[in-house]
Amino acid sequence: MKRLSLLGLLGLVIRRDLLLAMRRRSDVLTTLVFFVMVVSLFPLGVGPEPEMLRKMAPGVVWVAALLASMLSLARMFSADYLDGTLEQMLLAPQSFSVLVLGKIIGHWLLSGLPLVLIAPVLGVQFDMSGDALMVLLIGLLLGTPVLSMIGAIGAALTLGLRGGGVLVSLLVLPLCIPVLIFGTAAVDAVTAGMDYTTNLALLGAFMLFALTFTPLVTAQALKISME
Amino acid sequence: MLEVLNLACSRGEHPLFTGLSFALKASELMQVQGSNGSGKTTLLRTLCGFLQQDDGEIRWDGQNVRQAKEEYLSAMFYLGHHNAIKDELSALENFSISAGLAGYQVDEKTALSALRRMGLRGRERLPVKVLSQGQRRRVALARLLVEEARLWILDEPLTALDVGAVSLMEELIGEQLSKGGSVIFTTHQPLAVAGVETQRLPLS
Repeated sequence: MKRLSLLGLLGLVIRRDLLLAMRRRSDVLTTLVFFVMVVSLFPLGVGPEPEMLRKMAPGVVWVAALLASMLSLARMFSADYLDGTLEQMLLAPQSFSVLVLGKIIGHWLLSGLPLVLIAPVLGVQFDMSGDALMVLLIGLLLGTPVLSMIGAIGAALTLGLRGGGVLVSLLVLPLCIPVLIFGTAAVDAVTAGMDYTTNLALLGAFMLFALTFTPLVTAQALKISME
Repeated sequence: MLEVLNLACSRGEHPLFTGLSFALKASELMQVQGSNGSGKTTLLRTLCGFLQQDDGEIRWDGQNVRQAKEEYLSAMFYLGHHNAIKDELSALENFSISAGLAGYQVDEKTALSALRRMGLRGRERLPVKVLSQGQRRRVALARLLVEEARLWILDEPLTALDVGAVSLMEELIGEQLSKGGSVIFTTHQPLAVAGVETQRLPLS
């Protein structure tokens, strides 16, 4: 029998999560609709002055993305935990962290990437300039994986706990604050005509840092949660 | 092959067993016996490494399983109370994915023939949610046919299986033993493999 390589295994986990999401579309749509709703409510709530809308746009989009990504965190490992798939993953002879990385990438593709893609459309509601939209898009592209990765640790730690959904937000949201700060600061900088690359570089650094450590930490947390 | 020395396990504050020692050699079949709550599942889950033992050692081919983790995990198959299959996926998809997670790349022909041998002919492409409990168990057990594991750890493998499937399981266990593999299992149903003596491990 042919053995799967590590990359093959990573691909298998991602394909599996995408396939499951295709069969159960409502989960993906909830996150996206929530994001669109929250962002769209602001112009209605605070009034239509373009100056004010332009100023608050990056913050609103980033906070909404942060909250929307919290919505799906509780589901990240729970189904696999309940039906025993997580046990089988733990028994895989290859590194468990690679499987966890696959789950994290799957989560981002399903709950992070759709937000990134729709954000420029929502930005237009706030009369954002083309440059600002571009920087917002790049910032989200770098920042939302960090949200999924930090979120994975929280989801793993609260696995199987009652009321885990609220607890995971309390654990994860404070850790996501740096991403929010640098993500919005990059857009503010480009609007003010200043250098925005520092902020984006910092977001990129966060992503690489998280990519290195969070799968290992999440794997450990899952092992503890499954005892 | 599998050696357990002086094992002690507890759940929470409640000690289940202490000083448990046994060895399972090639071509041996062992049934863990005991009433509900006596620690059968805990023992099997400890053997898998999900639970930490309080004391004692588990060895695989003479090496502590913590040191020889990769060899041990690739030589071992575990199926617990949960089938680890997804309602939304078909039997075939479930089978390929779960074998894949264990590191085996299974082509469609092999997968179909494994599922057919498990008595799922004509149901290979149906979503698992329309299958019965017994059929779901068969989907999960089909992995036994393709994975080359020397040690099978089966926790209540016969749950929800009908008479035909139970005799198929006896046949599969017989094949595993004749290949030099070994099986440790729990069950409350009678299970007899022709020509093989079942060792009994009572837990109290």
